Amino acid sequence: MTDLVRLRAVSKTYATPSGAVTAVEDLSLDVRQGEILGVIGYSGAGKSTLVRLINALEKPTSGTVHVGDDELTVLPEKRLRAIRGEIGMIFQQFNLFRSRTVAGNVAYPLRLAGVGQPERDEKVARLLDFVGLLDKAHSYPEQLSGGQKQRVGIARALATDPKLLLADEATSALDPETTADVLALLKRVNRELGVTIVVITHEMEAIRSIADRVAVMDAGRIIQLGDVYDVFANPGTPAVARFVATVLHDRPSPETLERLRAAHPGRLVTVSVLDQKGFTGLLSRIFAEHRVENQIVFGGISELQERSIGALTYELTGDPGDVEAALAALEGQGIAFTEEGAAA
Amino acid sequence: MNEFIQDLPLFFQSIWQTLVIVLVSLVVSGALGLAIGIALWATRPGHLLENRVAFTVINVLVNIVRPVPFIIFAVAIAPLTVAVMGSYIGVQGAVFAISIGASFAVARIVEQNLVAVDPGVIEAARAMGAGPLRIIFTVLIPEGLGPLILGYTFVYVGLVDMSAQAGAIGGGGLGDFAITYGLGRYNYTIIYITVAVIIVIVQLGQFFGNWLARKALRR
Repeated sequence: MTDLVRLRAVSKTYATPSGAVTAVEDLSLDVRQGEILGVIGYSGAGKSTLVRLINALEKPTSGTVHVGDDELTVLPEKRLRAIRGEIGMIFQQFNLFRSRTVAGNVAYPLRLAGVGQPERDEKVARLLDFVGLLDKAHSYPEQLSGGQKQRVGIARALATDPKLLLADEATSALDPETTADVLALLKRVNRELGVTIVVITHEMEAIRSIADRVAVMDAGRIIQLGDVYDVFANPGTPAVARFVATVLHDRPSPETLERLRAAHPGRLVTVSVLDQKGFTGLLSRIFAEHRVENQIVFGGISELQERSIGALTYELTGDPGDVEAALAALEGQGIAFTEEGAAA
Repeated sequence: MNEFIQDLPLFFQSIWQTLVIVLVSLVVSGALGLAIGIALWATRPGHLLENRVAFTVINVLVNIVRPVPFIIFAVAIAPLTVAVMGSYIGVQGAVFAISIGASFAVARIVEQNLVAVDPGVIEAARAMGAGPLRIIFTVLIPEGLGPLILGYTFVYVGLVDMSAQAGAIGGGGLGDFAITYGLGRYNYTIIYITVAVIIVIVQLGQFFGNWLARKALRR
């Protein structure tokens, strides 16, 4: 797979009245052709700056940004405008032109590109049909719901047939149901039109439902990057684990753990679920072989990228030596687990 | 009343002069003020054509001119008015002084209304690859049109006021008429009739402006 976007050692520092603020620091990242790359982080992590470095709305303080064969950092503004015209972008607040109709909004980038009237009308109709809003062509943005506005935003962003679409918190202002619709539409844009998408979000759910890969950002850096399944299954840092926990709810919170410890005197162990047939059966067999009594006291298994993912918290009781041997056997099978500590 | 009937042709001429002064200076100061106001908006830190020096210069200029009472401003620039228009009295002189003086007020009103335009739509246009001028004419002005029209309506009322003040220094129009024939002869009938006509001129402009703004805002 080739890379559509390449960022190398990119830093972005802003001068503010209270001193220099580094939004992005020594960041390198490749966006692969045809993928949906999720970028997740808390607000202030530098996600929005990152996405604006990709379409040159921001110039890096140092480092290089390539989009296709163009190195944005050395190009004059005029050429950058042409490149921006070939990159679609959608926004949290939709940013539709209130003075234009839905059709007028979608037609705007086509006007910029110098597309003539008959062709423009035809294209606008096709795009509105694609996002399911052909009947709203002559409505104004204020007459639409949030989800409809974002659909118009998507149609407008796709008007110039971009290879790359940047989504900046595109679903953060929408309710969960509408979010799912918009995410499904983005997935269609990716699968049916072959558009590479970079999704900036603070919602792990958005990553879970559409991203192929995810980059976790914190304090201007990428702290973990990988296939969504791998990152969810093996969060590298507590910060990443917290994001994963917002979606999977499969590991007990400290408060829950405290209650579990009070109610269950045995040894508490949380096992990461592997995507393999008969996984829980395998666990039961291992415990039985070592004469360890086991009881699931917390956990959950869900599906991610059509694979099982989750965690199960067991209470293990029996001879301490047997329990130890059972855990060693788990390790031997490559099954990851965390000790949840003894009762306080 | 007899005196007034005798002055009737002059009265109508004054109404005509006032309308000419107000409408011509609305167009001229409207255009100049729009340009200065857009320059103020665009050169502001963080905006399309960010330029601290240009912004500061224009901003200070507007702040110096705007608080000067118009009647003093008109007298102060009289030499310039003479140089450009040939005379500082009459309709021509009034139009020049008012157009220049009002430009700075218009600039501030334009800037204030443009600042209220959602920065998100400007960013969206930038992200689509639109250049600064393109954004100003196809996004900024259309998006801010409703408030801009209301701003211009406010300016129109101010211009009627300024045209009357110009009358005090021989600028022609209803102000001149009221001062010369009303105040000069202690003829209050003439003053009241003049006031009534000015109120009508202001009201008509206000109604028209409101109607236009409602259309632009689709409300």
